[in-house]
Amino acid sequence: MAGEVPSLAESKLTALVVDDNLVNQSMHHKLLDRLGIKNDVVCNGQEAVDVHCSGRNYDLILMDMDMPVMNGIQATKKLREMGIESKIAGVTTRSKEEEKKEFMEAGLNDFQEKPLTISKLVSILHNLDFYVQT
Amino acid sequence: MGKCMQGYLDEQFMELEELQDDVNPNFVEEVATLYFKDSARLINSIDQALERGSFDFNRLDNYMHQFKGSSTSIGASKVKTECTMFREYCRMGNAEGCLRTFQQVKKEHATLRKKLEHYFQLARQAGPKETARRSK
Repeated sequence: MAGEVPSLAESKLTALVVDDNLVNQSMHHKLLDRLGIKNDVVCNGQEAVDVHCSGRNYDLILMDMDMPVMNGIQATKKLREMGIESKIAGVTTRSKEEEKKEFMEAGLNDFQEKPLTISKLVSILHNLDFYVQT
Repeated sequence: MGKCMQGYLDEQFMELEELQDDVNPNFVEEVATLYFKDSARLINSIDQALERGSFDFNRLDNYMHQFKGSSTSIGASKVKTECTMFREYCRMGNAEGCLRTFQQVKKEHATLRKKLEHYFQLARQAGPKETARRSK
């Protein structure tokens, strides 16, 4: 898996992009599309919680840290309290160890520094034991 | 990416170009449009905050954190560098440094905008196949 980019075959995985930044929303949506992963996009942690309350569920959540209304740490904690067992990967520009630690401790399964790229996303999928069909 | 863009855009821009395909043949230009719309809003907010003379460094830093984030995602390396400098001045509580650096942020942003407008104009004239060849 390392060094390989999965084909465009449909993966049957689903994902949720949680990010307030329009550029990142567009990029992360397209990155997931490129790997054949169907995905929705929401603008902040509260919307991520709301979409789960409405009954939706996802295999993977890409969670930004800094967002208005409800940030990534708060949203991750809330989703875990709700019993959501989806894999949550934190994606942020924050690079200080204590900031990463706080985010991980909120309930993340993995962490990547922005900007996300195809290879970083593949690394997330690999780390979280997702195997996209090739 | 043409020679005229070197130094202004880093490998992250090439990642964007890699995502462009037949399904979204204008993906890069669409993302660039989003970036300039978002960054114009942030520049305006920072301008207004600085003009008021209110140096709420936390607020300024928050705005610039967002601006830097977008700039990083699109590969705008020079803009990103100036954003980093601005944030350093915010952390030091250095108002003059913030004012001076913000002029640089705006200058680099305006230069990048012109260069990308020219780049996309050429890309549209060249057509999709030529664009794909040139971007390799």
